[in-house]
Amino acid sequence: MLFYSFFKTLVGKQITVELKNDLEIRGTLVSVDQYLNIKLESVSVLDEEKYPHMKSVRDCFVRGSVVRYVQPPEESVDVDILHDATRREARSAV
Amino acid sequence: MTDTWQLSAVASLVEDIDKKILVVLRDNSNIVGTLRSFDQFANIVLENAVERMIVGTHYSDVPLGLYIVRGENVVLMGDVDEAIELKGLTWVENDEIRRMKDAEMEADKMHGLIARNLDMLLDD
Repeated sequence: MLFYSFFKTLVGKQITVELKNDLEIRGTLVSVDQYLNIKLESVSVLDEEKYPHMKSVRDCFVRGSVVRYVQPPEESVDVDILHDATRREARSAV
Repeated sequence: MTDTWQLSAVASLVEDIDKKILVVLRDNSNIVGTLRSFDQFANIVLENAVERMIVGTHYSDVPLGLYIVRGENVVLMGDVDEAIELKGLTWVENDEIRRMKDAEMEADKMHGLIARNLDMLLDD
C-alpha cells in the first residue's frame, strides 16, 4: 500500500502522466485508489494535435494498468520520508 | 463497503454516471456515449454509443448502440464538454471518414518508408 499512500499525498498537485499508448496528460490529481487508477481535473494533453478527441475533455479517469510514468512536481516529494517508509514497509512485511 | 471503496477513484465515477463521456480504448478507438453503469474493474455500459473518428478537420460518428466495454480495454474516460466537442470539425459520412482514415494511414506508411530510405542513403 506504500505507493497508494504516496499517491494520496500528491492529491491536489499538478502531475504529468504518460500512458502506455504514449499519450501524455497533465492535470491536477483529484483521487487515487488501490489499483492506482487516477482521476485528474483541468487536463491538457501535451501533443493535442495528435489526439484531437481530447480537446473537449476537462476531467478524466485513467485506468492504473495503462500508466507508464507519473511525474510529480519535484518539491512535493520528500525522498527521505519515502525512503524511511520503504524500509518500514519492508520490515513489517516479513 | 469499506472507506477505501468510498474514496477510490473507481467509485468516484458515480459523478460521471448519466453524463456523456469519451472513452479511449487500448486499440486507440474513441467511443462517446452516456455512462449508465460501471464496476471496480472499470467494466462500463454506454448507452447510445458512437465511435468518433476524426481525420484532420473532419469527423464522423459510427453508431454502436448499447455498448459494454470490458475494463481491461479502457485507457481513459473523460467527461465531454458538449459546447466545444465538435468545434472546428466538419461532419462527413461514415464511409467518407473511413476512406480518409485509410488514406491517412497510407500516407503515414509512405512517410516512414521515405524517411527510412533517406536514412539509408545518408548512412552510405
